[in-house]
Amino acid sequence: MNWSQHLPALVVAFPLLGAFATPLFSLGGKFLRNLLFVAVSLVTLIIAFLLWRNVLLHGTILYVMGGESISLTLPSGFAFPVRIMFEIDALSAFMGLTVAIASFAGALFSLQYMNGFSGLHRFVSLYFLLTVGALGMSLTGDMFNFFVFIEIASVASFGLIAFWRDKPEAIEASFKYMLLSQISAMLILIAVGSIYGKYNFLNMAAIADAIQMTTVDKLILALLVSALAMKCGAFPMSMWMPDSYAESPSGVTCLLVTVSQVSLYGLIRVCFTLFGTVAQNSFIPWIFIVLGMMSMFFGVTMAVIQHEIKRLIGYHSISQVGYMLLAFGVGLSALHDPRALADYGFTALKGGLFHMVNYSMYKGLLFLAAGALYYATGTRDLDRMGGLARRMPYTTVLFLIAAAAISGIPPFNGFVSKLLIYESVFTVHPVLSAVALVTSVLTLASFVKIFQTAFLGPEKNQWKSVREAPAGMVLGMMVFGFVIVGFTLFPSWTISNLIEPAAKALVDQAGYIGAVLHP
Amino acid sequence: MNPLSVVVRKGCDIFAWFMVVFGANVIIHGDLTPGGGFQGGAIVATFLTFLLVAYGGNRLLSWVNERFYTSLVGFGLLLFIGLAFMGFPTSFFYNFVSVTHEAAMAGGAHGIIPPSGTIALMDIAVGIEVAGGLSLIVIYMFKGIRLYETSPVGTECGHDR
Repeated sequence: MNWSQHLPALVVAFPLLGAFATPLFSLGGKFLRNLLFVAVSLVTLIIAFLLWRNVLLHGTILYVMGGESISLTLPSGFAFPVRIMFEIDALSAFMGLTVAIASFAGALFSLQYMNGFSGLHRFVSLYFLLTVGALGMSLTGDMFNFFVFIEIASVASFGLIAFWRDKPEAIEASFKYMLLSQISAMLILIAVGSIYGKYNFLNMAAIADAIQMTTVDKLILALLVSALAMKCGAFPMSMWMPDSYAESPSGVTCLLVTVSQVSLYGLIRVCFTLFGTVAQNSFIPWIFIVLGMMSMFFGVTMAVIQHEIKRLIGYHSISQVGYMLLAFGVGLSALHDPRALADYGFTALKGGLFHMVNYSMYKGLLFLAAGALYYATGTRDLDRMGGLARRMPYTTVLFLIAAAAISGIPPFNGFVSKLLIYESVFTVHPVLSAVALVTSVLTLASFVKIFQTAFLGPEKNQWKSVREAPAGMVLGMMVFGFVIVGFTLFPSWTISNLIEPAAKALVDQAGYIGAVLHP
Repeated sequence: MNPLSVVVRKGCDIFAWFMVVFGANVIIHGDLTPGGGFQGGAIVATFLTFLLVAYGGNRLLSWVNERFYTSLVGFGLLLFIGLAFMGFPTSFFYNFVSVTHEAAMAGGAHGIIPPSGTIALMDIAVGIEVAGGLSLIVIYMFKGIRLYETSPVGTECGHDR
């Protein structure tokens, strides 16, 4: 049998097997459990990479779960796509690769970071389940399956956010996240049920082919957009974000960041692929743009005043999501005008997608570095830190890379994606670029503040005995650092190989439908 | 939770095992009749709830072995994913032991393998997993309502290094 054709199933099946096998391996002690943790994450990363490469080489891949063909063909010859299937185009594969990188880095980091806590076999199981949920969400081609994976990811997140269950704040953060995810999951379920009731399809491509723009469809679109915007942390619905990012263990936070990006992927998948041909002239693009502007501005203004390192970075997540929403809104507004798309829409989409992967990488690294500081000093309060650069050189350098990238300082990758966004949204209205620029300046200000207070300045007596974080944690951070430096050194390679195929897949609704219905 | 009267306890002695047998029946026939792995597993887990209500928590906690239920969960899940992996030459989750209509009509396929193939076997896996999982949930919920007695504060030492 040819293994390469089973890559889409393996990339989800392997971490799932890891999650279920963890209790067994934990019987063999700490070493076996840690070995499983790293080995499964690494293999998942390799599979995700191979899958992405295969998609680039051979185009969209379809995979049917538990069957031989996608459709149930009736004796009359009418084919009906009933089976659960994965449809992996360049965009899905790109998201899957991002998730796998974050999962691997977080696993490496967690090995030593979580050392000393009880119940680690459950931690590892839940961590794998979160990975499975995020990978499944990015690869699936079935609406109900998407809902199932979003639930798997949510339920695993509840446990992981509240993993430090001896801290009341962690329980509160988890409870907040639980309320919000359950509301959004129910909205998605109602929307999926309505789609099924109206069109008798759950397959995304078949829905995209059949969808019209009646009142029910508008309602479905509104439900899906609000639910997924909630999950990805757009401004008015973002109150869970700083809490859960601050209270979860850092190795988990870097994966949660990526999971929120996968929700954003779901949002653009719904708007571009499902409703692409019928959503023209609607106000959905402007909802994206307004949500994006609000997220950017309010997120960053809340971040500047924070004194707790992880909360500060958590508020920045809201403002960074704003950039992508802005870019995708502009891209969506140009979707039906080939000239506008060529002029600025496609650039905006490239900028948004590039910012998505950049954000996952540098925000993951920032959270891991904040976790390393917490590990070394035992506090998250910036006012108590100071002069740690001498004691923790690796963490300092890696934090500096990530901070430069998020602030958009040339030549770092954050600058490239932000520049793509600025120059494209400027065409729609100069104010959009202006808000984005102001946000970027405030981002820089707050990261200067963190770097200055935590790493620079005179050494405080209480931190004289602080040592660099252990090797495993530094390795986990280096995975992100490596990717960021790679994107920084080869921006045009990254854009032409990673970003452009994904952006093309995003605007190519006919290709997505045709792969399933007209194979 | 205090033990209830002798009448209730005797009633529990008689009926608790029947719930397990009934749950097993629902699990095993889950592919053909209403019910299935989850429902049957939930019925099996009422066994522990019966004992908890009739005999009281302290008595129950001295009996139950949490490791047994944890291993049920692990075994059920591994069986499930193992069956999913066994479909692999065709596709993940492929029903590799299903009996076709023609073979069943020819009479050659009756016996130990259920006609619905892996669906029935996965039902059993889910049943085992849910029985263990829900029993654990009952135990933990009971422990949770008197956490201050069972779990001393400050056992988590990872924060202070």
